[in-house]
Order: sequence, then structure tokens, then C-alpha cells
Amino acid sequence: MSGNVLFDAPGPRTIARHRLYSVLTWLALLAVIGFFVWRMQVTGQLEYDKWEVFLTPAYVEVILQGLLDTLQMAFGAIIFAVVFGLVFGVGKMSDHGWVRWPCWVIVEFFRAVPVLMLMIFLFYLLAVGDAPLSPMWCVIIALTLYNGSVLAEVFRAGVNAVPRGQVEAAYALGMRKTQVMVQIQLPQAVKMMLPALISQCVVALKDTSLGSYIIAPGLTFVYKQITLDFKNQVPTALVITAIYILVNLVLTAIATALQRRLVGEKNPIDLTSVGNMDGGRAV
Amino acid sequence: MEAVFSNFDEYLKAFGVTLALFVVSGLASLVLGLILASLRVGPVSVMRRAAGLYVTIFRNTPLLMIFVFMAAAMPKLGYNFKWVENIEIAGWSVSAFFVRSTIALTLYTSAFVCEAFRSGVNSVDVGQAEAARAVGLTFFQSMRYVVLPQALRAVVPPLTSVQVALIKNTSVAAAFGMAEATATMRSLTNDYGSQRPEIFLLFAIGYIIIVEAVALSSYALERKWKVA
Repeated sequence: MSGNVLFDAPGPRTIARHRLYSVLTWLALLAVIGFFVWRMQVTGQLEYDKWEVFLTPAYVEVILQGLLDTLQMAFGAIIFAVVFGLVFGVGKMSDHGWVRWPCWVIVEFFRAVPVLMLMIFLFYLLAVGDAPLSPMWCVIIALTLYNGSVLAEVFRAGVNAVPRGQVEAAYALGMRKTQVMVQIQLPQAVKMMLPALISQCVVALKDTSLGSYIIAPGLTFVYKQITLDFKNQVPTALVITAIYILVNLVLTAIATALQRRLVGEKNPIDLTSVGNMDGGRAV
Repeated sequence: MEAVFSNFDEYLKAFGVTLALFVVSGLASLVLGLILASLRVGPVSVMRRAAGLYVTIFRNTPLLMIFVFMAAAMPKLGYNFKWVENIEIAGWSVSAFFVRSTIALTLYTSAFVCEAFRSGVNSVDVGQAEAARAVGLTFFQSMRYVVLPQALRAVVPPLTSVQVALIKNTSVAAAFGMAEATATMRSLTNDYGSQRPEIFLLFAIGYIIIVEAVALSSYALERKWKVA
């Protein structure tokens, strides 16, 4: 519902009142920004040597390397998660109870457990001492398990969103169950799911930040290194956060464009009950 | 198994902190999210944009970075929230860690709560609002009697998934000195190397119980409010 249906067209007095509200909002916003800048000035956060790091080529390279590590972990996790989600999503829809129930348990379990806890557990299990994997892989595995479980539900919702008549028609043509799934349901489901998949990339990208707790590389790890050397917590936090927001906005823009192209204006799949904080909506 | 059961009071205390973080920041984020949502559907375009900017910024920032701001950057600006430790109510005083954690969780979650409320208002059919205005209801009357009751129903499922995510997000506080469930699990896995899988499983079950309790009560609410 667009906001203006709720209101009558404003008359002159209401327009004047809205103008007053606008001015007050601007003043409040400027006050907040001004206060922040003033505090930074007073506490010496605006001094050049606190920001010099971000103009030093060697450190810019470190930051870019951190960004690259973050992206690598996020995309690695998403690619594995797609496979995981496909297997367990289809598994959850199986007609055989002995396939359906284990898949259900695994998906529900990894959706309910915090990613950070999973990471810590995997870190102690697989990376401490002379264990085989690097912390980076622990991050990828933890994110694969979590995002894969969410994607399993996305796949299931996508397959269920394919009109029932198509499945019946396919059966009527004499197709087998696997054929119906692979040739009729999945291709249509995948098209509807693409935007949700990219929103899930945003979730995965944000969650890679937790990796710094188990000393995996990435942007938050770079934050730690820089602040240890230069004690410039405020500027570094601002810069690192800005990079995260920028990358996520680019991803969201791609998701929106894809949605326009593939699905049209209508909402692809309602994923609000899947437990994905972004609701799977490419807004 | 004994690693957890011999430290069972620690286990319970850890989930107590997790629950406290969840309840306080859950309620606070509902209030802040509702305010933001009403700004976002309101008639003043500057307010709409400001609330939209808030949502864009906080939705795309990792929670960990918000925690970093609250725990590392704010003290540099002269705010360490130590003063709350001087306030004592009936023998209880809140730690500065707790206040920082709840502020970070609230700021992050309210962006999602705002979007949930907005999608609820959007789910009400435009014709309903038009009809309400056609029969002469004022803005507040049409909100009160036509739009909000329907929006509230639609908002339960997305709001639940936001709150469930909040429960899991309280674990990030472990990285900033809160002795909640994840931090306690970490220290136990550190101490009892041979029992890692069991410790993990028992703590996971704790989270699952909380998550299911929230999800089930929301299903009950959804069913109660459902129109035939």
C-alpha cells in the first residue's frame, strides 16, 4: 500500500505543518551528525595521523586483501550452500520417511544454532593444534551449514510455488518422479529463487565478519590488525563498515535487477518464515 | 557430558544472560522499530528518507561492526557506559558490557523490525484504505479500525523470524566480554578437550529450546488471530 492512499491530499495548513516537520527533522539529523563530528574533533579522532593509514599504499593493499578474503569466504560458502540446500531441500520433500526425517533434523538443527557457536566448535574440532583445516575453512563450513539450511527451505518453497497442475500434467504425460522434479519443478523454482539467493549472499557476507573471532582472515581481522598498530578505532571502524555497506548495496542492486528481469514486479517467494533476517526480499 | 553437568549452574547462568540480552533488546527493538516504521509510512518525505537511510545502513552492516562501534569506538569518543554500574536497583546492578551489547543488538534488530512492520502495512489491500476513507473515516480512525488490525496479523510471521534471528545474534556478544551461552561453551570446550561434541550439542539444545519456544508461541498467536 503506498503511503498516500492513507492520507487526503494535504491542504494549505497541513502542507505548512509538514514543512515544519521537515525542518525539525533536518535540524535533528544535523544535530546528530554535528554532535558526532564534534565528539570526534574533541577527542582528536579527526587528526591526520589517525587517517593516514588509509592513504598508505601498503595498508590499502592490506585492506583490499581483507576484502578479497571476505568475498572469497562468502562466495565459497554460498556455492557450497547451494549444493547443500539442493540436496537437503529435495531430501526434505522425499516420499520416503527414512530420507525425509534425517534431512528435516539436519536442516532444523543448523537453522537454530548460532553461526558463531558453530564456528567456535569447528575451530576447536578442525583447526586447533595439528588439526587439518585453516580457520578460513572453518568459517566457510560453518556458513555453508547455516546458509545451506536456509537455502534448503528456500528450495522447498520454490518447488512448492510451482503450480500443482504442472506436476499433474507431467505425471499424466508419463514422467517419473525424478523427471518431474528435475525437468519441471526445479528449473522454474531456480528462476524464482535467484533474488533470494543473492540476498542470502548479503547474509553470508555479513556473517564472515564473525570469522575474526577464530582468527580467520577478512575485513574484521584487518580492523584488528590496523587498530593494534595505530590505536585509531573510530576511523578504522568507519572505513571498514563503509566497505561492507558498499559491497552489500552492490549485491542488493544485482538482486533487484535480476528480480525485475526474471520475476517481474511481483514478490518472488515469501521467505519470511525461513528464518533469514532479510526476509529474502530483494528490496 | 559430565563437563556440562558438573558445571550445570554455569550452564543455566549462561543461558540466563542470553535470555536477558534477548528480552531486553527484543522489547527495545520492537519500540524503536515501530517508531521507524511509522516514520517510513508517514506523510513527511524527509522523515521517510531518514528512516530509510537508517534501515539501509544498519541492515547492510555486520552486527559485529556495530558491536565494535559500541565496545571499541564509543569509549574513544568518551562514552564507556561505566556510569550504569553505579546505579543499583534492589542489589542488582547492570554491567556496562550488558548495556553496550543490548544497544548494539537493538540498533541492528530494529532495522529489520521496521521492515517487518512496513511489509505488514503494505500487505493490507489498498482498496481497504480507500473504502475506509470513502465512508468518511479520518486518518487515525482508518488506521485504528481498518489498516492496523489487519497489518498486525500479517506481521506476526516476519516479526517472529526477526526475533528468532535476534536470539542467535546474542551470541556475538561473546566476542565482547559477555559470559553468555556461546562464550561459556567456548571456555568449556577449551577446558574439556575430549568432550567437545557433547558440550556443543548440549549448548545447541539450549538455543533450540529458546528458538522453538518463541516460534511455537508465535504459531499459537497466528492461529488465534487467523480469520476463517
